[in-house]
Amino acid sequence: MPEPNILLKNIGTPNSDQLDVYVENGGYRALKRILAELMPEEVVELVKKSGLRGRGGAGFPTGMKWQFCASDVKTPKYIICNADEGEPGTFKDRVLIEEDPHAILEGMAIAGYAIGSDQGIIYIRREYIYGAGKLQEAIEQARKQGCVGKNIFGSNFSFDIKVFLGAGAYICGEETALLDSIEGKAGRSRIKPPFPVNEGLWHRPTSVNNVETLCNIPHIILHGDKWYKSFGTSESPGTKIFSVSGHVNKPGNYELPMGVALEELIYEHAGGIRNENRFKAVLPGGASSPCLTSKYLSVPLDFDGLAAVGSMLGSGAVIVMDHTTCMVGAGLSIARFFEHESCGRCTPCREGTYWIVRLLERIMVGESQSGEIDLIVNLGLNMRATCFCPLGLAAQGAVLSFIGNFRDEFEGHIKEKCCPLRAY
Amino acid sequence: MQAIDLSKIDKILAGHQAEPGSLIPILQEVQLEYGYLPEEAIDYIADGLKISASKIYGVLTFYAQFHTQPQGKNLLRVCCGTACHVQGGEQILDHIKANLQLNANETTEDGKFTLQEVACLGCCGLAPVLVLNDEVHAKLTNEKIEEIINNAR
Ligand SMILES: Cc1cc2nc3c(=O)[nH]c(=O)nc-3n(C[C@H](O)[C@H](O)[C@H](O)COP(=O)(O)O)c2cc1C
Ligand code: SF4
Ligand code: FES
Repeated sequence: MPEPNILLKNIGTPNSDQLDVYVENGGYRALKRILAELMPEEVVELVKKSGLRGRGGAGFPTGMKWQFCASDVKTPKYIICNADEGEPGTFKDRVLIEEDPHAILEGMAIAGYAIGSDQGIIYIRREYIYGAGKLQEAIEQARKQGCVGKNIFGSNFSFDIKVFLGAGAYICGEETALLDSIEGKAGRSRIKPPFPVNEGLWHRPTSVNNVETLCNIPHIILHGDKWYKSFGTSESPGTKIFSVSGHVNKPGNYELPMGVALEELIYEHAGGIRNENRFKAVLPGGASSPCLTSKYLSVPLDFDGLAAVGSMLGSGAVIVMDHTTCMVGAGLSIARFFEHESCGRCTPCREGTYWIVRLLERIMVGESQSGEIDLIVNLGLNMRATCFCPLGLAAQGAVLSFIGNFRDEFEGHIKEKCCPLRAY
Repeated sequence: MQAIDLSKIDKILAGHQAEPGSLIPILQEVQLEYGYLPEEAIDYIADGLKISASKIYGVLTFYAQFHTQPQGKNLLRVCCGTACHVQGGEQILDHIKANLQLNANETTEDGKFTLQEVACLGCCGLAPVLVLNDEVHAKLTNEKIEEIINNAR
């Protein structure tokens, strides 16, 4: 299947981050068009009809989110672009931020018009300081040309955007933790409901949208919902940028229709497994997603296709592992990540992530006894049932799936008192 | 220790007068000014914002990028994310630790290097990676690491 090249169309063009180049390639036409031709309700309706679902992980229909915001009477309202991209294995938003910042601004301004907001904030992780500079420069250029700011293109719609730099916390990618972070607090998830669409930033209606989600918007406006739905599946329309990493010959970002088969992505686009090694497992949605083995190579990569086999699309980070990979070591690395990133508020996650690391460390060095594998599973199931926020849920998925699919390897470490694959 | 010049904080606070909840940008700017967040600076910010210092500590200790101790001249952040791990990131980290005789979150005695382990830098296609003072170094090997460290030394 050829790559559609919609979201990534400007990537690789020289100076694609500059306003004049963006405009030359059709940029800001969608924003101009809605201001001249469409009422805000019509924009919401069009995005609803397109079937676009959020690309930040949860897959919530974007049009519906906007409608909830639009119909709340409180003001001011906020559009927040989630550029926190912290899921290990994900690097698609970074490319859009650095090389197509105006597409993000245009998407945000259209979103602002649709819900009746005049303020946008881009929450970007500190690690992307270079990208934050690009966004800041783009905002200044766009203000000068009247593409954002007061009375955009001479209309009576005003919408300004600012950049907020994160300070290093994965949980701040979760939308309610992100809001607390902007409000100057430690970023911890809020209880839902109320949802941000009603009680968001400073208790005002807020639409939090992922970078990639927003980049879809100008294309939907220009080409219509029917065109959009000609890509992907009926339940997950459009294209998706997959960040492929790990043991493939050609790691990188690949934009493909939703529902593309996992094996097509790995073998046709990402060049197959390195050194002609054997495929072992894949994390299809980053470190938060349960792994899939070769049994599932034909699974369609979309929200429902992956949920049906017990995993998730997440942010579209496809981490491929070949037969040399030690699953205990990989599991430990993921467990350490979540131990560090647990916000510490609720006991099952704070203690669960801590003890999973300690138990895996014992297995790694061969100090463990066989009942301890089940102890990890038990901890994980407890976390699944009782953690306060989705991070706790994410924290056990990959590790438990490694144990479920490669239990002999965990037992091998215990029996041989070292790594049976000699990977360590 | 030398007393620090707190007057620079006045300017930073003044720049955020109008915005509510600007504690994080304020701390970022103060850290940029002094290289870390000295105790006196935190007390001074607390007075300026009329909030308690403990509230500020509650926020700054939550985030990985705030430091209450001076950092080395070079900040070496090594990716321990999943994609880097499966590409041998751990061996890279061990090599750096051995080379600098340093553990994570420590600074060399000569003050030249601070080592941090971080998760995913968003360059997973080029794994394993590290960031030296905001500059990305990719597809690391032991030889490359020695070169990077020697050049920065
Ligand atoms: C632990 C955690 C981390 C998350 N990190 C991100 C992130 O880095 N970027 C992102 O867009 N969404 C992230 N999300 C999802 C957001 O909570 C939210 O669903 C999303 O930003 C909404 O935008 P969308 O509808 O366009 O996907 C994260 C969720 C959780 C639970
Ligand atoms: S599940 Fe983890 S991250 Fe979420 S509130 Fe509990 S401790 Fe914090
Ligand atoms: S895992 Fe290292 S850059 Fe993403």
